[in-house]
Amino acid sequence: MTVIYQKSTALTDRELHYCPGCSHGIIHKLVAETLEELNLTDRAIGICPVGCSVFAYDYFVCDMLEAAHGRAPAVATGVKRVHPDAPVFTYQGDGDLASIGMGEILHAAVRGEKITTIFVNNTTYGMTGGQMAPTTLVGQRTTTSPFGRDPAHCGGPVRMAELIGTVDGTAYAERVAVYDIPRLLQAKRAIRTAFELQLQGAGFTFVEVLASCPTNWGMTPLEAAARVRDEMVPVFPLGVVRDIRKEEAQ
Amino acid sequence: MAVQILFDQDRCKGCELCTAVCPRGVIRIDSAVTNRKGYHPAAAAEPDRCVACGNCARICPDSIITVIRL
Repeated sequence: MTVIYQKSTALTDRELHYCPGCSHGIIHKLVAETLEELNLTDRAIGICPVGCSVFAYDYFVCDMLEAAHGRAPAVATGVKRVHPDAPVFTYQGDGDLASIGMGEILHAAVRGEKITTIFVNNTTYGMTGGQMAPTTLVGQRTTTSPFGRDPAHCGGPVRMAELIGTVDGTAYAERVAVYDIPRLLQAKRAIRTAFELQLQGAGFTFVEVLASCPTNWGMTPLEAAARVRDEMVPVFPLGVVRDIRKEEAQ
Repeated sequence: MAVQILFDQDRCKGCELCTAVCPRGVIRIDSAVTNRKGYHPAAAAEPDRCVACGNCARICPDSIITVIRL
């Protein structure tokens, strides 16, 4: 008898509060599987954001903290400096990280904090009801851009992985997606690489995951997954933006 | 191939992501059943066709699927 797949032991038995088809559940699993595989469940410390994933502390077995809106990287900085041997990660959405938390995340990267950030980009504020986020696509209708995002009025979507990748303190930055199995497996590899580089003390590590929000997009989960592939990936290209190992090899 | 696909059906939210990634069309939404949450849960409609790839379990956001090769 071989177990092909079972729920990760790094996840608690608590039922997720997320909507049907929400990518948060999938991304939680990838983080939990990575902690389990690297044998970090007992040592890791995670920082939750404000947003739909605010309750992530109920779902991971490892120690979890909750930070004020956008301030997870600042809290993670303190935790890492007090516990330099602990694997420390933040789990943040786009409303949290790319808007109110832009200063914290950029300066955590600038300082080269040896933490890992999992950035979930679903182009909207999920918890508060689908308002326009810094990552909202041009033309995308939201509750605060009912005629579609107008770049002449409020700019275009911010590409966080590229932005973080320009900073010297960043050891690793990659953008991944989870809309199908090949993409999901690549996302898992990226998250694992980020944690491994953190443990090696390489610097700040960042994984942006393109996610779907079926509820606020007004779509079925399968339509939402297709939207990530067809509309988000052309604007937010997948792939490694920065990998310090390749730069050192040259 | 003898495969067991176990669903914790009361936790299923009927999102259908598992049905889309199954290469053999094994999994379908069971519209005859309504679970504790009020959703029609996923079920293995043709378990004999399963090749134990585990894709369904891997993508399930709520981790309700366990795949075991016997």
